[in-house]
Amino acid sequence: MNIKHHLQDDTLLAYAAGNLPEAFNLIVAAHVSLCDECRAVVESYDSIGGAIIDNTEVADVSADSLAQTLARLDTVTREPRSTPRPGTLPAPVQNYIGGDLDAVRWRPVGMGVKQAILSTSDTASARLLMIPAGVAIPDHSHEGTEMTLVLKGAFQDEDDRFARGDIEVADGSVSHTPVADIGEDCICLAVTEAPLKFKGFLPKVVQKLVRI
Amino acid sequence: MLTEIQSRESSIRPTRNRVGSESIVLNIAMDKQRPIQKTLSGSDPDWVALMQRVRDHQDRAAFSDLFTHFAPRIKGFLIKSGADATMAEECAQDVMTTLWRKADQFDPTRASVATWIFTIARNRRIDMLRRQNRPEPEELPWGPEPEPDQADVIALQQDSVLLTEALKTLPAQQRDLIEKAYFGDLTQSEIASLTGLPLGTIKSRIRLALDRLRHLMK
Ligand SMILES: [Zn+2]
Repeated sequence: MNIKHHLQDDTLLAYAAGNLPEAFNLIVAAHVSLCDECRAVVESYDSIGGAIIDNTEVADVSADSLAQTLARLDTVTREPRSTPRPGTLPAPVQNYIGGDLDAVRWRPVGMGVKQAILSTSDTASARLLMIPAGVAIPDHSHEGTEMTLVLKGAFQDEDDRFARGDIEVADGSVSHTPVADIGEDCICLAVTEAPLKFKGFLPKVVQKLVRI
Repeated sequence: MLTEIQSRESSIRPTRNRVGSESIVLNIAMDKQRPIQKTLSGSDPDWVALMQRVRDHQDRAAFSDLFTHFAPRIKGFLIKSGADATMAEECAQDVMTTLWRKADQFDPTRASVATWIFTIARNRRIDMLRRQNRPEPEELPWGPEPEPDQADVIALQQDSVLLTEALKTLPAQQRDLIEKAYFGDLTQSEIASLTGLPLGTIKSRIRLALDRLRHLMK
């Protein structure tokens, strides 16, 4: 896969260390599912975690801890290696949807754009977006960081083109207008720290209603 | 309590430049030039061999050895991450049970046993302290070869030993900062200051292992 737009090292480190809100963990996991380059970086940061486990101060476990655990093993079913789940949505996203694209329950948000909100902890939000071919996502500004991962089709913003596997990272200071490629509808996973605010697109009440 | 824990989640700021001027570049000696002198075993048992016995023979003696070494470390890690002793004890048992349950998924060409245990413990911590699911990347399909190349296993395990040693020799202040990040105690901008960690060899070994896996799939 020919991915041009990757995640920053600090985000990958925060993911490995376990410091991100759930929605951002999801988009990192989804990108890494498609990108071996970032996967290698995450796994090398994991290895620092291993070194910390190696070096950490030990805390004695209770005397019967091993016996208790051995007894539990009898009740445990071993998990086989997972088999790949081919599809448009990477496995971590499929886990939230309960299936691939055909299982997504889209809701229209205007201009032909559809979305499906994924249920994550509320410090950040995640949703799938479907942007019809050639359509622009209305100009919006947001508070905090927004990450957008392309899963199908492609979009173009002011500077670059983003295709499957590419991730765009924008902060609150950027007001951008991504446009989906003409050839195909574009499907993205979008994650924000705060709810999006569309300018002159939908009244505030509606924004609340559809949880944009 | 929930709010307190959630406030420890860092907010994310994109940093466009990979190594900013503020970055503290920690000089962990992991560059390719350094000859690998330390052997895999040292004074430690061969954890990979013990894991393979757990995996292939459901060997309880091997599991007990792993438990005796790692359970107190997992417990220590969880206490430093904010769990109380009772919770940490319970979770250490959960983590070791998961190691048994998922033994087939351990890939010694990509992780040491300690690293693999860290990832299980980290996910359990997120589940326990934040009551959140932790999305994991899709597993790579396994190739048709049942056993990974022994040379790859040894190389990765040796690199991991070197990394552990390198971490030990860091000045206390720097080491402290790295540990804090992994105990969930740093903000995003503090984490950004750590991204200069030169993980050269270990990263390229993992990359190589991933390439081989992808190649086997074809
Ligand atoms: Zn990437």
